[in-house]
Amino acid sequence: MTATQERPTAEIGRDRRRKEDQRLITGRTRWTDNLVLPGMLHLAMVRSPFAHATISSIDVAEAKASPNVVAVLTGQDVAEEQGVLINAWPITPDQKAPTHTPVAVDRVSFAGEIVAVVVARSAAAARDAAELVDVDYDELPAALDLKEAAAADADNGGALAHPDLGTNKSAFWKFDSAEAGTGGNVDEAIEKARGDGIVIEREYRQQRLIPAFMEPRSVVVDPTGEQLTMWSATQIPHILRFALAATTGIPESKIRVIAPDVGGGFGGKLQTTPEEWIAVAAARRLGKPVKYTETRSESLVAAHHGRDQWQRLTLSAEKDGTVTGFKVDLLADLGSHVSLVGGGVPVLGAFMFNAIYKFPAYQFNCQTVLTNKTWTDAYRGAGRPEATYGIERMMDELATEVGVDPLEIREKNWIKHEEFPFTTVAGLEYDSGNYEAATARAKELFGYDELRAEQKKRRDDGDPVQLGIGISTFTEMCGLAPSRVLGSLDYGAGGWEHASVRMLATGKVEVITGASAHGQGHETAFSQIVADRLGVAFEDVEVLHGDTQVAHKGLDTYGSRSLVVGGEALVRAADKVIEKAKPIAAHLLEASADDLEFSDGRFGVRGTDQGMAIGEIATAVFAAHNLPDGVEPSLDSDATYDPVNF
Amino acid sequence: MTKISLTVDGDQVSDDVEPRMLLVQYLREKLGKTGTVIGCDTSNCGACTVHLDGTSVKSCNVLAVQADGGEVTTIEGLAQNGQLHKVQEAFRECHGLQCGFCTPGMIMQSVDLLKENPNPTEEEIRLGLEGNLCRCTGYHNIVKAVQHAAGDPA
Repeated sequence: MTATQERPTAEIGRDRRRKEDQRLITGRTRWTDNLVLPGMLHLAMVRSPFAHATISSIDVAEAKASPNVVAVLTGQDVAEEQGVLINAWPITPDQKAPTHTPVAVDRVSFAGEIVAVVVARSAAAARDAAELVDVDYDELPAALDLKEAAAADADNGGALAHPDLGTNKSAFWKFDSAEAGTGGNVDEAIEKARGDGIVIEREYRQQRLIPAFMEPRSVVVDPTGEQLTMWSATQIPHILRFALAATTGIPESKIRVIAPDVGGGFGGKLQTTPEEWIAVAAARRLGKPVKYTETRSESLVAAHHGRDQWQRLTLSAEKDGTVTGFKVDLLADLGSHVSLVGGGVPVLGAFMFNAIYKFPAYQFNCQTVLTNKTWTDAYRGAGRPEATYGIERMMDELATEVGVDPLEIREKNWIKHEEFPFTTVAGLEYDSGNYEAATARAKELFGYDELRAEQKKRRDDGDPVQLGIGISTFTEMCGLAPSRVLGSLDYGAGGWEHASVRMLATGKVEVITGASAHGQGHETAFSQIVADRLGVAFEDVEVLHGDTQVAHKGLDTYGSRSLVVGGEALVRAADKVIEKAKPIAAHLLEASADDLEFSDGRFGVRGTDQGMAIGEIATAVFAAHNLPDGVEPSLDSDATYDPVNF
Repeated sequence: MTKISLTVDGDQVSDDVEPRMLLVQYLREKLGKTGTVIGCDTSNCGACTVHLDGTSVKSCNVLAVQADGGEVTTIEGLAQNGQLHKVQEAFRECHGLQCGFCTPGMIMQSVDLLKENPNPTEEEIRLGLEGNLCRCTGYHNIVKAVQHAAGDPA
């Protein structure tokens, strides 16, 4: 109705204090582990200490007899009802992927895999009893080293992570610029350079990482009533709901997933986890709410890891440093299972190894490999920073070989400002760029030339404190969209995002986004977008997210997508509100819609001082006493946005 | 079970607890003081930091029975009469948080740090907060927040 504050000229770009912070700095937070429900039971997991072993027996008698223990479940007990964890990105049709059950049934394939679940009336009782579960294992040879695992097979020996598959090789994925029509033949370019140019061959290790979000993963499942409700410390409530429905047989409409306050993710909570599936199975079997919160020690072994690659790189160039070809041979460690999108993570690198450069020929070969280690999946940048590391190291090597400044070799090979838009050798279109101007500014800010002079002086003087200067360029495809490109890469979902705008009767605005924040500040940034678009006060916008019953449609938060995809969906939903309000404003103002203009949140009649604020129209729509014939009494709008390019 | 009586955020409380119960478990599970969080089970992260008798402690490293007769202040008891503590204000002002999970511990530790050293150097702030881990911010704005609070006489 009336705005609580004068609207500033522009919200976007304005230095706002975050809306999220009040609750976070006062401890009035809603973390999943805070939840307590009537009759709630607690889970503790019994995990394998072995990387690879068959389970010969599990004795649960003592644990079951422990005080306040309600049930002890083994893989055999829940084999029929536990469902499986899905791999949503099979990168090739012939990809080999072992069945991924939440609780191991007869064999464990990484240290940390769950073999039994204790359900008790308190978390302490559950943990006490978990220590009493007696599991007999027969150890099997474990595939641990990535290269050895890639070389192992039934004929040549070596440990197999899953002996029944006969190999550790999961999938081989290739991009070749000659085949794709985006460039020449890389082997020919390398052969030529061996004769009259420069060939640099290097091998780099991308070490395994642990995402290590601050909030340990936690899940609560309430089976009471008609609907199954799950709270989870997840990045992906919508994908989680879909996956639960797809693998447990529970209709999607009967599942509500809520990601309340979530304490960081970094890709590590972009997962559908055994613990979530187990919580569902236990809650359904016992008819009671259950909670599971991992310890940090569990998190480090059982939440998915990231990276773990060997990169064998071959770069060919002319003697002056002009690159003629680049070939990538990757080995990527999947760990024990092909996780939600883990198989596809290294493939994302295929589009980034060429970085900001013009390579006439390019080939990317990726072999994913199963081992007996914690399964890997998305972690910060997922496949793309690995590529940046590889190519930027190679550019440094090339600069050393040619004997020029590392910036010079990059400038020689990068896409020039006047060449945009530019289709790269990996097939992506870069719409704009000005690396010359950005680099000149960066050099100025750093005092690059002065630093180089200082470095030379110290070298010459034999100064005990030497100066090192590192150079890297960086570009990244963000947003994980458009959907049809993801489809062409056999990704299991789309790349769109959804938003709704609800105009409340009081003129306040509820905004619903399918993105799911876990530290990004959506409530603040999205409020700014809507405040600008609808001309309402920042304080009058409420952003709702992370609950599939409120935000019924969405693809969640990862891959730097929320603002670029979800923000644009929101802009479009807001514009639809204005479109819907216009004929109503014209009717109420007794003016022609053609004479109305919308600015600063107000429909004004051109050439007069007459007008109505969007909030006033919302109130009139709520009353619905005086609307044009055939116009529905609602300004609410939805929009789903699918970008045309990365 | 052992009976303990203590003051938490100004309120007198008394409970029977298992001797092995940690102070953080007591705060969260018995008192519903869920503003104090558990980030690790190894006393590494400091997310559970509270004040016990005026000094910061990692409440996962203190047994509830050790707090018997003591006075505990958590993040929920820091604001007075509806006024945020200057360190809370500074964290918001300087964007010293993102996901906010480490924030209760960061703030409680920063308050203690400033009590001991009202005008710390950047290095002293970094040293004073070394037992508290943050994954989102890279610490830069946390340090700025503490500097900001130090400069604020309120």
